Amino acid sequence: MKHLPKLVGAALVASLALLAPVARAATPPDTLIQAWAIDDIISLDPAEVFEFTASELLGNSYQGLIGYDVKDVSNIFGVVAEKWDISPDGKTYTFTIRDGMKFASGNPITASDAVFSLRRAVKLDKSPAFILTQFGFTADNVDAMIRQTGPMTFEYEIDKAYAPTLVLYCLTATVGFIVDEKLVTEHAVDGDFGYNWLKTAYAGSGAFTIREWRANEVVVLERNDNYSGDKPAMARAIYRHIPEPATQRLLLEQGDIDIARNVSADSIDVLAANPDLAVDSGVKGSIYYLGLNQKNPILAIPEVRQAMKYLVDYATIADTIMKGRVIVHEAFLPRGFLGALEDTPFALDVAKAKALLAAAGYPDGFTVTMDTRNTDEITAIGTAIQQNMALAGIKLELIPGDGQQTLTKYRARNHDIYIGRWGPDYQDPHTNADTFARNPNNADDATSKPLAWRNAWDIPEMTAKTDAAVLEADAGVRAQMYLDLQREHQETSPFVIMFQEIEVMARRANVKGFVVGPSFNDNSFRAVTK
Amino acid sequence: MTDTASGEGRHGALPALLWKIVKILASVALTFLGLLLVTFLIGRVVPVDPVLAVVGDRASQSVYDRVFIELGLDKPLYEQFWIYLQKILSGDLGTSFLTKKPIVEDIARVFPATLELATVAILIGTIFGIPLGVLAAVRQGKLSDQIVRVVGLIGYSAPIFWLGLLGLLIFYARLHWVAGPGRIDISYEYSITPRTGLMLWDSAMQGQWDAFRNAFSHIILPAALLGYYSLAYISRMTRSFMLAELAQEYIITARVKGVAEWRIIWVHALRNAAVPLVTVVALSYAGLLEGSVLTETVFAWPGLGQYLTNSLQNADMNAVLGGTLVIGAIFVGLNLLSDLLYTLLDPRVRRR
Repeated sequence: MKHLPKLVGAALVASLALLAPVARAATPPDTLIQAWAIDDIISLDPAEVFEFTASELLGNSYQGLIGYDVKDVSNIFGVVAEKWDISPDGKTYTFTIRDGMKFASGNPITASDAVFSLRRAVKLDKSPAFILTQFGFTADNVDAMIRQTGPMTFEYEIDKAYAPTLVLYCLTATVGFIVDEKLVTEHAVDGDFGYNWLKTAYAGSGAFTIREWRANEVVVLERNDNYSGDKPAMARAIYRHIPEPATQRLLLEQGDIDIARNVSADSIDVLAANPDLAVDSGVKGSIYYLGLNQKNPILAIPEVRQAMKYLVDYATIADTIMKGRVIVHEAFLPRGFLGALEDTPFALDVAKAKALLAAAGYPDGFTVTMDTRNTDEITAIGTAIQQNMALAGIKLELIPGDGQQTLTKYRARNHDIYIGRWGPDYQDPHTNADTFARNPNNADDATSKPLAWRNAWDIPEMTAKTDAAVLEADAGVRAQMYLDLQREHQETSPFVIMFQEIEVMARRANVKGFVVGPSFNDNSFRAVTK
Repeated sequence: MTDTASGEGRHGALPALLWKIVKILASVALTFLGLLLVTFLIGRVVPVDPVLAVVGDRASQSVYDRVFIELGLDKPLYEQFWIYLQKILSGDLGTSFLTKKPIVEDIARVFPATLELATVAILIGTIFGIPLGVLAAVRQGKLSDQIVRVVGLIGYSAPIFWLGLLGLLIFYARLHWVAGPGRIDISYEYSITPRTGLMLWDSAMQGQWDAFRNAFSHIILPAALLGYYSLAYISRMTRSFMLAELAQEYIITARVKGVAEWRIIWVHALRNAAVPLVTVVALSYAGLLEGSVLTETVFAWPGLGQYLTNSLQNADMNAVLGGTLVIGAIFVGLNLLSDLLYTLLDPRVRRR
């Protein structure tokens, strides 16, 4: 006991000795290490994946029948499919599979794999299945509608003559990716189509294979030697779950990671100024908007809805708190989509808003709540809007909540205002028109719950126009239909559409070749070199 | 007389011991039942729709309805709880909605990370906290006492999130004394075969000393930070226990007898202060074992705290209940352990 203080001292010295300066090792030259918040991954099965990070993983490890040029999305080309023909009635697509391609397992890719994958996605009926089932497929009819006609050919028959781009774009979504039938079937148990296995495993043909996923910890991908395209330079690609952007930044600055995927708006300039680092960005399809619940009698007044559109300081928010992360965008189709409207008719105009509020019978404003997801960005935008609204006397009370919590409330239509972010599900304009400008049934027990429904906006006429646009085969005419739809929507809808998202990532200067695409499954590190 | 008495004692001792064990087991079972019930109810009253966490925002109503039934949410609450209890009793904690893995497997993966961090932290907290507390008590009111109190106060009140980032900035980014966030460098990641999931233990057992050093340089900063927090508490408590002991008559007696001062402090007084200190340390340890969400977030430490928070936010009730059970077991276990240590340290308890 006498020597306790000495013992403590010795322990201290011993632990310090272990802490002799740590050797700084750069990341291995053949390994790409990225830091990203990957806690949204819930599955690796293409029939189920719908989350940003998992979509990106699949985009780099699976292949679909067709793809598009990320710089010009109207350029659609075959990937696993060599070509396709559309029948004169516009309802049957005949696909021919490219010869000589293999899965990572070594199994050849045939029409049977394609038919199996698409039928499987329809029958499993997981979250993204609607992207396929909206063409009339059901578990009962899909075997007849999607049918193999030869070793390398199959037919894909849909219920109506939809615009061909819509049909094809939907097949570029991750739910349409081709899985290795033989491998998956080996792991099938009790008719689950191998689902219980594939949700944490891999059966694809892309540039990389998924070796391991440890939830909230790491995802490890390895180069696929059976890949038919150019071999990636990286032997491995590793995603580390680093939830905190400040931590990611430290790791990047120290050279312990190659790419930081979560970059806060306030650190973009500092990172870009560092000669060892570079900042890349790309416009994504996600849109930030306010949804005004029409069940609230005040928000249902057209003048109030208009007034709110003049009470957001779009430009200042985009130039300050969200600098480099968003651009001002006020229509429901994001830039880059067919028929996207780039007009920005609304800006902060307090006088105009006050006049509209007076016309609505609320010259002194009113009190209203806004459910605000507790992420840094949404909270920052929400707080700024709160101040903007106050200029016209509208007292906006922010109700902070976790993502699932605010979403639960939103889907139950119990909100006043919801500040949200919506990302398109596939590259065709219908994906957003379907949710912002279509509400087939406004009843509380409706089976379809698009954003228009969630804000109780009853629009039978606009719904009919949206439905007509999906059947228009001529791209030029169709683009005009969407432009008209967006103009009407801007003027009448209970949506204050504000910004389009820019994805920002910071990388070590020597890391080159990461492609930032319009959606997350287009993000590619196939061509990355170090 | 002695024979008879001891004979009676022996006869009476066995049932008494049995009775004690039965009583402990019953109270443990009751604790667990209550814990599960409360957690279950909280999970059901939070305004989060668990189906949404599974199917996401975009799923069609038919998918939603199917999953609602798959999760058993269409059944009345008591029935859901009863089904869950039956599963638990058969050793099945269910499957996580989020990671799609059995809860047991998930917890076996995340708990060692927390266990390792908490153990190193409590060692730091105890090794430094107790001597500091003793020092403060002996030098009551003097400068060293004030310093210890201020250090403790900062430990109590500074936000751990901020301290963590600051620590990383200084010791990792500027001084390069420690490794960055995460448990080990990627280059060592696959050189160790995970047996227990405790990086330090596994690497040492396999003689991978480079990996051990690397893991140590990863763990030391978060552990020191958490250790600092428990140090603050432990040193405060040590100080007050010691002050109480030093004012006792037996200390005066010892001094009068001419016992060396160090012996009075470190043997006589501390020995008696150690009894309540055991509880303090055990509770600190249990608190650390729950996992510290903020520390785990800043240091990208894939532990129980992050797992539970993520599960709770996504209404992944199987995971939350499973994690709660583990934490409950830790508390009960450490309580029993400190009771045991009490009997060892305090002869009066033994005699009773």
